[in-house]
Amino acid sequence: MIYADNAATTKMSQTAIEAMLPYMQDCYANPSSLYTAGQEARDAVEAARETVARCIGAEPREIIFTSGGSEADNQALLTAAAIGKKAGKRHIVSDAIEHHAVLHTLKKLEQDGFDVTYLPVDGSGIVKAEDVSAALRDDTCLVTIMYANNEIGTIQPIAEIGRLCRERGVLFHTDAVQAIGHLSIDVQDTQIDMLSASAHKFRGPKGVGFLYVKKGIRPAVLIEGGAQERGRRAGTENVPGIVATAAALEEAVSAIATTAPAITAMRDRIIDGLSAIPHSALSGDRMCRLPGNIHLCFEGIEGEALLLLLDQKGIAASSGSACTSGSLDPSHVLLAIGRPHDVAHGSLRLTIDETLTEKEADCIVQAVKDTVSYLRGFSPIWRDLCEGKAAFIL
Amino acid sequence: MALYSETVMDHFLNPRNVGTIEDADGVGQVGNARCGDIMKMYLKIDDDGIITDVKFETFGCGSAIASSSMATTMIKGRPVAEAAALTNKAVAEALDGLPDYKMHCSVLAEEAIKSALEDYYAKHPDKRKE
Ligand SMILES: Cc1ncc(COP(=O)(O)O)c(C=O)c1O
Repeated sequence: MIYADNAATTKMSQTAIEAMLPYMQDCYANPSSLYTAGQEARDAVEAARETVARCIGAEPREIIFTSGGSEADNQALLTAAAIGKKAGKRHIVSDAIEHHAVLHTLKKLEQDGFDVTYLPVDGSGIVKAEDVSAALRDDTCLVTIMYANNEIGTIQPIAEIGRLCRERGVLFHTDAVQAIGHLSIDVQDTQIDMLSASAHKFRGPKGVGFLYVKKGIRPAVLIEGGAQERGRRAGTENVPGIVATAAALEEAVSAIATTAPAITAMRDRIIDGLSAIPHSALSGDRMCRLPGNIHLCFEGIEGEALLLLLDQKGIAASSGSACTSGSLDPSHVLLAIGRPHDVAHGSLRLTIDETLTEKEADCIVQAVKDTVSYLRGFSPIWRDLCEGKAAFIL
Repeated sequence: MALYSETVMDHFLNPRNVGTIEDADGVGQVGNARCGDIMKMYLKIDDDGIITDVKFETFGCGSAIASSSMATTMIKGRPVAEAAALTNKAVAEALDGLPDYKMHCSVLAEEAIKSALEDYYAKHPDKRKE
């Protein structure tokens, strides 16, 4: 299999697997237990916290381990909402291309009386810092803008937004789930107040993640119970998962300088190859995107059929088509960047990592070319377009 | 468990009766691009009201392609009355089932055939009574 769906999840790194095994086999005690074995587990969790903090320029006590990116997003937004509510501030600034973990939490907050501004994006898929600035109000309690988009890979101007939020005294959260481990991130330089991360997107295990909360900000508690995570997130710690998260992150971050340029070169090779397909278009900015993200729309075909056929050729990919999500509408991200429904249905996302070879990259390009032209061969829409009965959009 | 039954996959990967019929007696198109599915059926019908040939073109997901393909096999060589009575349920059953949220694909197949038959009757009003 050629795995080109690393934005969905990644293969666990061997280092991370090896790091976690002892905490399942030998050191399996509860970190809250006071005997030696328990304290060893506690030490492992705290060492992991230090590693994670170091990787993003934070302090260990600013890291809360969670069950993943979704929980971290929920906790960040509810934290800002609780603080805002107390101060009588009920306005939040976000954007149209956030992950559902953020969007659905915002919907809930709207029902709870919050007013949310969803900034639009243009075809580049990038939020403009000046739009964020213009949207700020006296009662704004939070700006939440993702670091990089999970579908089209576009990277947002986080440092600029961080700076202006700090200047205006507004809390700034970023969902960095797709970015961390792939881009160098420093929460000090970028003036981020809260940041969400998920281990399985950087070759760590599934079901673990963390939230960075700048010291001085009191996190809202979503999961009540024991006093774990200094009372900010109850539940016996996922010790093996937490240890593996730190190992995976450290490995990913220390390799970025070499992996990112290599992945970017391979990404561009694939983008160039696929852009040769007539009536196709890259989604989102060409340069300002994650090293491993390739996302295109092809006119006249439907994405799920494309994915199934690629699967037959041993290629694992993804699409923003409605049929792949079980909903009627295609991806909100593609609609937000101005792709009409017809075209958004024909989308393909390939997210590659450093293990992809040139040969595999070329194999992907050829397979996509062949499959798109095969499907167009019996698409009534494509026929109408070719016969001039309908106008090409791309 | 796989997303689709083996029969769906077979009809998706090896669709039967793909293409067009230049001098079709009835052509029907249903669905819309906005929703992500369009099916077009072409029928060739002889003087005895037998569907002697059928072809389809589909823009849509795997189950839309499979539903079109299966539907064509169920009406080819059959009298028009039988084709008119083909239900989406029969198409879905012949495919060994479709996921619930894909049942509309079989509905489109039924509608595409009905639409092509309407076109046939519009062109051959004398045939309608039979
Ligand atoms: C941008 C973004 N945010 C949040 C999440 C949710 O992360 P998790 O699956 O760890 O809950 C994802 C994962 O799909 C994501 O891509």
